[in-house]
Amino acid sequence: MTEVLPVLPVTPPATVPPLATVSPIVREGLVAGTVPFSAVDGPGNRYVLFLQGCGWDCLVCHNPCSIPRTPAGMRPASVAAVLDGIRDAAPFLTGVTVTGGEATLQAGFVRALFDALAADPRTARLTRFVDSNGDTDPGVWELLAPVTDGVMLDLKALDDEMHVVLTGCSNARVVASIRDLAARGLLYEVRLLLVPGLNDADAELRRTAHWLLDVDPAVRVRINPFRREGARACARDLLEATPADLARYRAVLTAAGLRDLTIPG
Amino acid sequence: MQSAQLHELVLACLKDPTLTYRQRVQRLAGLAENALDPPPVSEACVEAQAKGVVHDMGEGNAPYRPRYVLPDYAVALARGSEHLELPPPADLDEALAFLLAMYPNVPSITGYPVYLGDLDTLLEPYLGGLDDDAVHARLRLFWRTVDRQLPDAFVHADLGPGDGRAVRAILAVDRELRQVVPNLTLRVDPVLTPDDLLRDAVRTVCADGKPHFVNHPMMLADHGPDYGVVSCYNALPRGGGSHTLVRLNLAESVRRCAGGAREYLGHTLAADVALTAELMAARIRFLVEESGFYEHDWLVREGLVDPARFTAMFGVFGVAEAVEELLARDGVTARDGTPARYGRDQAASDVAQALLARLAALVAATPLPACEATGGHALLHAQSGIDTDVDVTAGARVPPGREPALYEHIRVVAPNHRFFPAGVSDVFRFEPSVGANPDAVVAVMRGAFAEGMRDFTFDVTGNGFTRVTGYLVRDHDVTALREAAAVHVAAIRGAATAEERVAVRAGARHGSTFLGATAITNQRLADRVVKRAPADD
Repeated sequence: MTEVLPVLPVTPPATVPPLATVSPIVREGLVAGTVPFSAVDGPGNRYVLFLQGCGWDCLVCHNPCSIPRTPAGMRPASVAAVLDGIRDAAPFLTGVTVTGGEATLQAGFVRALFDALAADPRTARLTRFVDSNGDTDPGVWELLAPVTDGVMLDLKALDDEMHVVLTGCSNARVVASIRDLAARGLLYEVRLLLVPGLNDADAELRRTAHWLLDVDPAVRVRINPFRREGARACARDLLEATPADLARYRAVLTAAGLRDLTIPG
Repeated sequence: MQSAQLHELVLACLKDPTLTYRQRVQRLAGLAENALDPPPVSEACVEAQAKGVVHDMGEGNAPYRPRYVLPDYAVALARGSEHLELPPPADLDEALAFLLAMYPNVPSITGYPVYLGDLDTLLEPYLGGLDDDAVHARLRLFWRTVDRQLPDAFVHADLGPGDGRAVRAILAVDRELRQVVPNLTLRVDPVLTPDDLLRDAVRTVCADGKPHFVNHPMMLADHGPDYGVVSCYNALPRGGGSHTLVRLNLAESVRRCAGGAREYLGHTLAADVALTAELMAARIRFLVEESGFYEHDWLVREGLVDPARFTAMFGVFGVAEAVEELLARDGVTARDGTPARYGRDQAASDVAQALLARLAALVAATPLPACEATGGHALLHAQSGIDTDVDVTAGARVPPGREPALYEHIRVVAPNHRFFPAGVSDVFRFEPSVGANPDAVVAVMRGAFAEGMRDFTFDVTGNGFTRVTGYLVRDHDVTALREAAAVHVAAIRGAATAEERVAVRAGARHGSTFLGATAITNQRLADRVVKRAPADD
């Protein structure tokens, strides 16, 4: 096969046509890597698939080599090949998480893989999760929803200007995705990346918490404090959160009403 | 032993400042026992022991109590005890006091009870009318008393497979107190044991290294419903136990054979199994026929153990080294031409399977006295090593530092487990991140049991506990012991200052810490590969 995708999601019309009309399902994808045993990518023990390509260029990206959409020399992997690896690990797994890069850039491949996982008796019991930056169209969630059990979504900043500073992009589609997924009952967790001095002021934390609670009163939130280690050179002057910062995040977010809050470390 | 040598050892022991009073008394008892000659065996058996092929585990020359005793505590609580002058307990306070009175009267090789009973099952009936706080407060006192009175990490209690208030309270107290005593085993059943109980147990491991987990259906199939897991993963008949544990060093045994796998499995192995069994039989006969334990001990008289429910344990270790040596002799290499490695290459797994299958058949076909409880022969056990083992791997483990990735590791060792009804230990080391997501370990464990693992143990980096064989040590206890021992040695050599000499205190309150400190070094336990989640790319 040559030049399969990554397929960009199309903006959906007001009524979503049958999938056959959109026909975005593709049997091959660009896979940057796999981790067969992960305790940090969703509920339980998960097989993690890292898809290649991301539309953002985050200041704090820890995995910049997964950004290019079609890196030279990377050959697409078939659904069947990916399924083989997952089947082998299946007896030990709770589920599969597809992340990236940005998983939704290859939504057609994710859908095909999830279909295959659901159809195979050895993998049908595994929960299927997507880990996304949320910068995608509702059509993608429409495509994935029938075969997806949960989505973990990053919110780098609720303030759009700060979002542009951190990611190079507006967060308009991100906040829409959060609302869309919550309405579908698919919003498993929102991750807040916090960089001291940039997006971690008390007022901003409160505003974010209130907005999230408005979207989903039971929202599950995980704090990802920025870590310099592994980050790109351009991020090396950014501050890392101190234990005092982490304690403050917890205090402020809890006082704002967040109940299901995880802060590592 | 020469009298002068004995005098010297006795004096050194009773003057050793790193030992507590009780540790001295126990060692003196060992010295006295070993002043006797061991039960007679053939010259070939003596030679096999001298060469380290067959090893009596330092049980002592004149066995006067079984190695492992598993009293039926349910019977004791139901009937009360004439020997202890205690009526059946009527409430939780009385039940806990009853057990605390009984434990020091339960003999075993360590001088402490290796089995405290199926504690949740025993205590659940007494919880009625008490709220959770009241139960917690009482168990907390009980737990502390057990650790202080029985300071030995081979003291072991069993839990599960069902859920209940007692098991939850015990796990909560254990997480809170973070003691090495008592060691714990949780029986796991795919139906009877809910995920939420397993989550609680995983959190407990993250806090303090316990419990160990066993595949309950697999144990039921081999032992029936009345089994206990004691000391270091030893699965044995409840209401009975094991007369003795003698172990065969497969790495040394292979050195006594010039040929490859075919010749070893065809000849040498059978001969060394026979020599191991000979030593076991001699020890069992002394215990059964000479010591009088099974006629006179109060546990026997009161029906709390039945001599007909005792068996013996045939231990093996050094599977990894034996397999690799046989492959080298047969010229079998990995695909890249390097020596085939146990834990990595399929050829090694195949030879290990063949070796263990042959071994199991030989043990099953070797009659031993007073082992009617298990068909007249011993139960095979993957012996988890002792402190002084060097350059030989415990049981059928993959050598520390060479363990493969998680699923490969499970799949390499799981097929071994069916051969070891008396227990086998493979330790998986995880990162502490699993504590925030215990479901991850629950899923892995369920899968491992489905793949045929009998015993599943994991330890977690950074929680201050190390799983040695089946027992645990606290890392700071090991450090303190090493410091005390160093000053003691300096004092003997005259190099310690007067201040340092005065400052030497008992090396460790738990006798097992002495063993653990040596084992951590000799068996390179710090090298255990951490199952990274996610793994490094």
